[in-house]
Amino acid sequence: MTAALVIREGRVVDPSQELDGPADVLIEDGAVTVCGPGVETPEGAEEVDASGLVVAPGFIDMHVHLREPGQEYKETIESGTRAAAAGGFVAVACMPNTEPVNDDPSVSEFILRQAERAGWARVYPISAVSRGLEGRELAEFGAQRRAGAVAVSDDGRPVWNAALMRQALRYARHFDLPVIQHAEELELSGDGVMHEGAFSTRLGVEGIPGAADDVMVGRDLILAADTGGRYHLAHMSTARSLELIRRAKADGCRVTGEVSAHHLLLCDEDVFESGLDPDFKMHPPLRSASDRDALVAGIVDGSIDAIASDHAPHHPDEKELDFVAAPNGVVGLETTLSLCLDRLVGSGVIDLPRLVELLSVAPARILGVPGGSLAPGSPGDVTLIDLDREVAVEPAAFRSKSRNTPFAHWKLRGAPAGTIVGGRPIELP
Amino acid sequence: MSDLVWRRGDLLGVAELSTAEIIHILDTAESFVEVAARPIKKVPTLRGKTVINLFFEPSTRTSSSFEIAEKRLSADNINFSTSGSSLSKGETLLDTARNLEAMAPDLVVIRHAHPRVPHALAARLAAGVINAGDGAHEHPTQALLDAFTIRRHKGRVEGLKVAIVGDVAHSRVVRSNVLCLTRLGANVTVAGPRTMMPEEPEALGATVAYSLDEATRGADVIMMLRVQLERQARASFPSEREYFDFFGLTAERLKSASDDVIIMHPGPMNRGIEIASEVADGPWSVILEQVANGVAVRMAVLYLLAGARSGAETL
Repeated sequence: MTAALVIREGRVVDPSQELDGPADVLIEDGAVTVCGPGVETPEGAEEVDASGLVVAPGFIDMHVHLREPGQEYKETIESGTRAAAAGGFVAVACMPNTEPVNDDPSVSEFILRQAERAGWARVYPISAVSRGLEGRELAEFGAQRRAGAVAVSDDGRPVWNAALMRQALRYARHFDLPVIQHAEELELSGDGVMHEGAFSTRLGVEGIPGAADDVMVGRDLILAADTGGRYHLAHMSTARSLELIRRAKADGCRVTGEVSAHHLLLCDEDVFESGLDPDFKMHPPLRSASDRDALVAGIVDGSIDAIASDHAPHHPDEKELDFVAAPNGVVGLETTLSLCLDRLVGSGVIDLPRLVELLSVAPARILGVPGGSLAPGSPGDVTLIDLDREVAVEPAAFRSKSRNTPFAHWKLRGAPAGTIVGGRPIELP
Repeated sequence: MSDLVWRRGDLLGVAELSTAEIIHILDTAESFVEVAARPIKKVPTLRGKTVINLFFEPSTRTSSSFEIAEKRLSADNINFSTSGSSLSKGETLLDTARNLEAMAPDLVVIRHAHPRVPHALAARLAAGVINAGDGAHEHPTQALLDAFTIRRHKGRVEGLKVAIVGDVAHSRVVRSNVLCLTRLGANVTVAGPRTMMPEEPEALGATVAYSLDEATRGADVIMMLRVQLERQARASFPSEREYFDFFGLTAERLKSASDDVIIMHPGPMNRGIEIASEVADGPWSVILEQVANGVAVRMAVLYLLAGARSGAETL
């Protein structure tokens, strides 16, 4: 017997088919078979009433840290994917800076097994670029690709070695893997802990100049142009990095970029106003207001391809240090969608189809994974959205094991209303 | 004496202080100056009060100044000093606060290499907190003693031209002094090599200059900052000789300053680097008065905070 599910009466927003209107979606054996008005329910099929809800191709968070293996006290694949499901994501791509580092197919296989066991969302491992994230020797891209890795990155650190970056961009072409770069010139970021500008000056805090990102992006784009490799800039934070990406795209380079909700919505003044709250500390740091505004313009005009959370859980004890001593990173799986719905769509900065592109179509395309569409043949991965539901960000209620968010107690309009993965509605306890 | 009723239980930074509060501290300090001249240099004001001096960063000058101020007020004091931040390493702020709290201090004086650690601990402590320097952020008692010294010499702060010269980027003395002196009506110029200036230095609230002469021309007060030789110095200036050549204060360079200019330095001085001995020891220098006044100002701060905490202000 066929396992079938019909999602009825929703507003289907699927930019891949230029669709925004009432429609039903029939999913059979894990894949979409019909997407259109008045679908007949096959015998024995399950029905989901989506009236009043938006039905979108499943959202993919292409940049998360699940911390397992090795730092299970911060997050596990189980808790992280549960947070993903609660946040409206059907899939996440997880960074390799675990313990051990995911520079070996056995780690990718372990991650996929844990994800399968948890069953909350799809997980796509990202392989390290270099063994041990040391920036010296390439990891086995081919074996990692075969084990399920969808990209390579040394995220958490830059691929600082220019010669290795050049080789990575060339070698990754064999496997059509994007090289995801955490762009940071370490000599320029130095001991910095927040954006270098008027507020770091007033606080006497060591700053990280925007140039720390930009110098590395500039270097990388030259190498991307020379090698023809696919380059993806992670967590873009400055106006100038964006401008460099824009120019490289215009030159025909195979270059993409992502931005986090926190870099779109916050700036260094918020760090100052927080009184140096460690929950406002991440890398790259929250930049100037003009950088923030430029990034927002970048998602509007399409120069930024995707929004990703850079979900970086840390145990509350680790953030109960002073700002300088506390680790970098904030969680985002359970806040990103509502933040985008309220502050970007609700306020009219972008429309809903554009948000679906940023959270679903583009990540699927960049990572080369199924999804990003509800056209027949696509995986039965769906994100349901309630545009009218008002929510408050309450860290204590997070499904994630960690609580480190700068958005605590924000009141937002618009929230995830459920996910469906391979035709299976995800039911959270 | 102003008729302000002091209610503040912590002194975390000049940023939090109103002009009236600054003046109140300076006025209060006046009454403590003469204690040092007594044969028995002690008043019973803080008898039975416990003060913990918690220095996470090496300090001789500031910690001994606080210690003397506490002893002259008859407080019981104890000093914890840990080089580096070993005491805080791995220990959460909450644990640090709870451990301090278990000893039931009335006031805690904190110096730490990281900005806003005293603020974070103050939020977690019942005791009052005095910031004795948090990284390159603030050093409020230094700024208060500097303002006090200036006022004693010039009779006022308002309208004075003050130059502060040196490693502006890494100086907590600069930040607190700019806030304090501008609040009291001075015109403050900060100067130093571009490599020692923070990004957007105007955000400090002072006029910015990049040459010593530009800063000191017509100055009523010149404050020289210690060049941090221990800090990645070579990336900021090529040699001590070159620093002295361009930013060192000499008698010759003083000629363009106001006739009755006073020279200040928070110490410890690097003679022949930021300041020539002829200036440090010359008639313009009030550097040792700063040290003496530091005790009176810290006595005033301890007294006011303890008073606010016990809900009574009686001298």
